[in-house]
Amino acid sequence: MKNIPELYLEGDMITPDQFAGKKKDEIAELRVYEGRETYKLGDYFDVSGDAGETAADTRILVTGDCSKVKYIGMNMTAGEVVVESSCDMYTGGWMKGGKLIVKGNVDSFSGLGMEGGEFVVEGDGGNFIGASYRGDWRGMQGGVLRVKGNVGSDIGTFMNGGTLIVEGDADVHIGTHQEGGTIIIKGNANRRIGGQMVKGTIYVYGKINYMMPGFKYTQDVELEVDGDKAVFAEYIGDLGERHSKSKGQYVYGKIYQKK
Amino acid sequence: MSEFLIKNGHVFDVVSGVKGDKKDIAIKDGKIVDKVSSKAKTIDATGKTVMAGALDIHAHVAGPKVNLGRWFRPEDKWFRGEMRGGIRKQASRMEQGFSIPSVFRTGYSYARMGYTFVMEAAMPPLYARHVHEEIHDTPIIDEAALPVFGNNWFVMEYLKEKDIEKTAAYTSWLMKMTKGYGIKVVNPGGTEAWGWGLNCLGINDEVPYFDITPADITKGLIETNEFLGLPHSVHIHPNSLGDPGNSPVTLDTMKLASGYKAKNKFGREQVLHMTHLQFHSYGGSGWGDFCSASRDIMDYVNKHPEITFDTGNVTLDETTTMTADGPFEHHLCALNHLKWCNVDVELETGSGVVPFIYSPNVFPCAVQWAVGLELALLAKDPMRTMITTDHPNAGPFTRYPRVFKWLMYKKTRDEQMAAFKNSGKVADATILNELDREITLYELSQMTRAAPAKALGLGSMCGGLAVGMNAEVAIYNIDPAKMPTNPDDIETIFSNAAYLFKDGEIVVQDGQIVSEPAKKTFWVDAKTPESKQVTRDVREKFLRYYTVTQANYEVPDSYAPHPYVIETTANV
Repeated sequence: MKNIPELYLEGDMITPDQFAGKKKDEIAELRVYEGRETYKLGDYFDVSGDAGETAADTRILVTGDCSKVKYIGMNMTAGEVVVESSCDMYTGGWMKGGKLIVKGNVDSFSGLGMEGGEFVVEGDGGNFIGASYRGDWRGMQGGVLRVKGNVGSDIGTFMNGGTLIVEGDADVHIGTHQEGGTIIIKGNANRRIGGQMVKGTIYVYGKINYMMPGFKYTQDVELEVDGDKAVFAEYIGDLGERHSKSKGQYVYGKIYQKK
Repeated sequence: MSEFLIKNGHVFDVVSGVKGDKKDIAIKDGKIVDKVSSKAKTIDATGKTVMAGALDIHAHVAGPKVNLGRWFRPEDKWFRGEMRGGIRKQASRMEQGFSIPSVFRTGYSYARMGYTFVMEAAMPPLYARHVHEEIHDTPIIDEAALPVFGNNWFVMEYLKEKDIEKTAAYTSWLMKMTKGYGIKVVNPGGTEAWGWGLNCLGINDEVPYFDITPADITKGLIETNEFLGLPHSVHIHPNSLGDPGNSPVTLDTMKLASGYKAKNKFGREQVLHMTHLQFHSYGGSGWGDFCSASRDIMDYVNKHPEITFDTGNVTLDETTTMTADGPFEHHLCALNHLKWCNVDVELETGSGVVPFIYSPNVFPCAVQWAVGLELALLAKDPMRTMITTDHPNAGPFTRYPRVFKWLMYKKTRDEQMAAFKNSGKVADATILNELDREITLYELSQMTRAAPAKALGLGSMCGGLAVGMNAEVAIYNIDPAKMPTNPDDIETIFSNAAYLFKDGEIVVQDGQIVSEPAKKTFWVDAKTPESKQVTRDVREKFLRYYTVTQANYEVPDSYAPHPYVIETTANV
């Protein structure tokens, strides 16, 4: 990054898929949007090196301050992207494969609708991390999204698959409308966890400020989660929501709170 | 004004009786003329097909529930255009949305397909202003809107008294207040019953508190329509839409029309238009034994010239359902568990909006797709058969070229039938595999031009290329002597008109919008003797029940700055 934008830069072309098969001059010609104007990637970044033939063969290292660049890694299917600063919103949105590492924070809506691959945020995440696009009922479908810091609210909304791991704390509305997949909060969670949850699993290691009345305690279980073994209190719910049956038994969403 | 000469094209036009022969079409001052001067601009249509601009007799394109769909489905716009995640920018305004396009995308997309007139299918009278605002903002295409009458308190009270004259006086007043085009009936009685959480599934179910049945409402409105001599007939969305085994209700509804004759000076011959008939042509008793009843339905339609219909074809897309059939939308939400918006209950009608995915992997969706095509293929009279998708309910209108492809090429239907996940079960539940018919270009021109124009009472000015008619002409890159071997080309051809003339001006060239002249809002001023009782009843209801004053109810002329008003006089 050589030229911090005055508004926000839409960096959806910064992916192995867009770079694949291009030499550095062609990469610098890729379009970016700042506000309503269209510019070239080379106007904001110095580009060195050529991309691989395919996305899978391409590794992108982004240096400089990208905290006003949105959509980095969006829709990527393979290859690797490493960003050495924080990123703005929608980082890794609709990621389908490959590896994305942000050595800083990511702003809200990052990892939206993730379908596959591995996305690691070494800092904090904003709100709606690993959630569904506004209004959509198809959230995270697959892949692994790990945030080493804290996250804001509304993470994992409408989650259907994949794994979302928060090593720090999480704010309100975790896994709202969840229909599958796994959310792990290693820090504390605030409240309104699993609202309208149909299916799926949420683990909270730390405190839960308030367990919603739609969740019922059933039993204690010993489980291995993300490499750790511990005893968890199991809650089933959301009892106000619909649940399907499998082999005659209702299938509930589950919240496991570490004891 | 401009003169054009479209030379050497293959013309398909019912009105002038040309079935694919080469014929020159001359345009002057916005009309089709006999000949033009040497100063006329020549358009070479050699090897191309020339038809009148098409008409869509039923689509939900303007109004509060349409806009509600846009509000509550941001995801309908995402990734649906080339730029900025979902925008298309080709003409003067940006376009977005797939199943609920913005007004700009609506106008441009229809024009690119060669359509010049669209009927907004349902207008809630209290929010008629919103409908007209959107109609005005929709570029290029002429539009009209049908106010809904089938759950209207005045209508139900007057029809209970069997007073056609009072019903006509009220209907005429309401059409004038809302700048409406005709009489739309949606789930008669059922949407009023929904105000109490109830419904009317059969035509003899009583409407709570009004002591009238859907049958009486429908027959009374047919009589009212012919009393007023309106250009269009009663346009009905019957009870029990979407329910397995609903074909008997549909047949009962159609039987209500027998014995009535069309009385109008516009050339309309039908007394009842059955809309999105696909949704009303089901057999079986549940989703497991769900099947097609298209043969029963079309046996009746074919023998009854007083009936016209539009198909309501399912396109196998993710789309949005929106209808004034409030109870049905609640039922759909309970079925697919997707977000549901239930509004307009406080108006003279109701409505609901729910997204829907017609997946080829889901057995009932596959059957629905087949039913829509069966209806058109079984139709003996293309002049009473119209193609729609009840946009956006069964699919976006931008899929019309795909529907044309399916109707014109049996092998595409065979391929889709074989590709269904439950193909064996689908084949057993439908008759599509047995139907070899392939719709011709002439029949297509009937179903998309002459038939809707005639049914709407616009046959003397729209949907044809005879001298004196409006110069709405579409030219497509298809040579009837060399039909495409790749059926997918039909979609490209009919999505990108080579030319579209609107009021004698070129608005589309090579599938791109090149001009955006003002469009017209059509409405009907149905003159009938004033009824002092009705005037008094209206005033009283406004004082007691309406949230606006009567003075604020009428849609002012400023909302339709380019009106085309059709006048009728009642057959007293």
